[in-house]
Amino acid sequence: MLKYIIKRILLLIPILLGVSAIIFALKTVTPGDPARQILGNDATQEQIDAKREELGLNDPVVVQYVRYIGGVVRGDFGDSYRTGEPVLKEILPRLKTSGVITLGAVAIGAFLGIILGILSALKKYTWVDSLVLVISMFFQSVPEFVVGLVLIMVLAVNLHLLPTNGIENPLGYIMPMLCIGLPSIASYTRITRSSMLEVLGEDYIRTARAKGQTEHNITYHHALRNAMIPVAQSIGTSLGNSIGGGMVVETVFGVPGVGKYIVDSITQRNYPSILGGALIIAIVLVVINLLVDIAFVLIDPRLKTTIISGGASRKKSKPAAA
Amino acid sequence: MSKMHTPAMEKIEKKNAKRKKPLNPTPAYESWKRFRRNPTATIGLIVVAALILVAIFAPLIAPYDFQTQDYAAMMQKPSAQHLFGTDQFGRDIFSRCIYGARYSLIIALFCTIAAFFSGGLLGIIAGYFGGKVDTVIMRIMDIFQAIPMIMMAMCIVAVLGNGIPQLVAAIMFASMPTMARNNRAAILRVRGNDYIESSEAIGCNQFQLILKHMIPNAVGVMIIYFVGFLAVSIMMMSSMSYIGVGLAAPTPEWGLILNDGKSYLTSAPYMMLFPALMIMITCFAFNLMGDGLRDAFDPKLK
Repeated sequence: MLKYIIKRILLLIPILLGVSAIIFALKTVTPGDPARQILGNDATQEQIDAKREELGLNDPVVVQYVRYIGGVVRGDFGDSYRTGEPVLKEILPRLKTSGVITLGAVAIGAFLGIILGILSALKKYTWVDSLVLVISMFFQSVPEFVVGLVLIMVLAVNLHLLPTNGIENPLGYIMPMLCIGLPSIASYTRITRSSMLEVLGEDYIRTARAKGQTEHNITYHHALRNAMIPVAQSIGTSLGNSIGGGMVVETVFGVPGVGKYIVDSITQRNYPSILGGALIIAIVLVVINLLVDIAFVLIDPRLKTTIISGGASRKKSKPAAA
Repeated sequence: MSKMHTPAMEKIEKKNAKRKKPLNPTPAYESWKRFRRNPTATIGLIVVAALILVAIFAPLIAPYDFQTQDYAAMMQKPSAQHLFGTDQFGRDIFSRCIYGARYSLIIALFCTIAAFFSGGLLGIIAGYFGGKVDTVIMRIMDIFQAIPMIMMAMCIVAVLGNGIPQLVAAIMFASMPTMARNNRAAILRVRGNDYIESSEAIGCNQFQLILKHMIPNAVGVMIIYFVGFLAVSIMMMSSMSYIGVGLAAPTPEWGLILNDGKSYLTSAPYMMLFPALMIMITCFAFNLMGDGLRDAFDPKLK
């Protein structure tokens, strides 16, 4: 087990080097001079040259990259062009905000998805099943920002229940959570349904029926507990995925999270912030995935073989819903 | 062998002649039958077909030009002249939505084709050759996957600038890991079958093996991904355009029309209602169709 954990942690290194290389490559091919952006248009050529020298922009790309990686290892993700503050210091409080929203969203999505999934598995091939399918498919088809707009229209503008913007009021968290949570219902429903159907066909369910167990007990005691394993795993992976995926929703609601920070940095062409933000999100994502995998091996030793032999390639990609 | 003509045989032949379906239905025909039996999938197909017609005949359907500004008719509520109302520049929103179908569908198609030819092909190569090739490709995809899809796409647009080719490139790169993974899985499922092994054993060359035995058997699953990704790319492109990191202004893309109406959400909600509906209907139709295809091609999955 320890060997596996160490191996997984070592696997993080090439992934993070790769991520930073990708974004660093994007940064170097971008037109425009960062020095000019920092100093504004009235800066003289000498000032710009001095700034370029100070930022190390005159060095070869490889040297810049190695210097950056060296900084990252020491916890220095560069300074924002706009504020001059260290990127890490700017991002950490935002990471907390995004984390809260992600947790809420995953809770909402998983709760509704699991209920719908159980329902359609128990009533398979009936109209209930089809209805659940259509409902979950509907939510999958609505982009997060459209859900956001509808929620703003109904809950904020017409009913005045929630604030439209920002999170100064804790109620402001509700709409972003719903926005990310509702479209994710579909995948939980689908996984719960197929997993439930699979478990309900197992021999031990037949045994339970044979010994005269009530249908209620069979469903909730015998089947559900076993059927929840793949669902819980997908909850784990989507925790990591949605932390950085909240860019659109955070922008719509003006939530000061990591996503909005990166969108703002993109529009301002603030490269250290984009690079640092993407790298920190990648670290968070990979670490969460690692923790989820370890947690599952501890919870269910049977998974040891599938997870450990599958290694990093086992990570399931998020189906559809972007 | 001479043909026998017993009365019983004739009866059977007559019966067979009356049957509309061929006696030995091809797998494609079987799938089509399963697809048609599925009401939601059929609805999806009809809506998609209608949208394609709208996109093709956009100039005939749309009563106005999508970018002509008419300052005499600004911010009008939906009426007989302007079915979906007009925006702050007096542009007819109905016409913009109709042309939007054209832009959105074509861009989505390009995105999906591009994604299949990059990520999809990588996945097929990885799945087919296995071994070191597989490891190298999939490890690289792991790296790409550590950046959330929409973030990757936005970073690329930030570098390349706003525009249709740039957006296609961005969505293509961003979707590469997912595409590669899905197509690799599709090929691997076929690869493990006994008939592949036996074709190898009787000396099929690799070309025949891929073209004749693997692709036809994996194509069903790939079509499902293809249709599903059309919806995903429409959602991604409209989300990106909406927050201003996507297409450039006059293009009548649904996300951009929504972005235009953003400031008038409270005073003129109709400006956002219709383009939002168009996005929802389109993606819903694609998803219904994709789900029907899933059942049609692979009944075991259900």
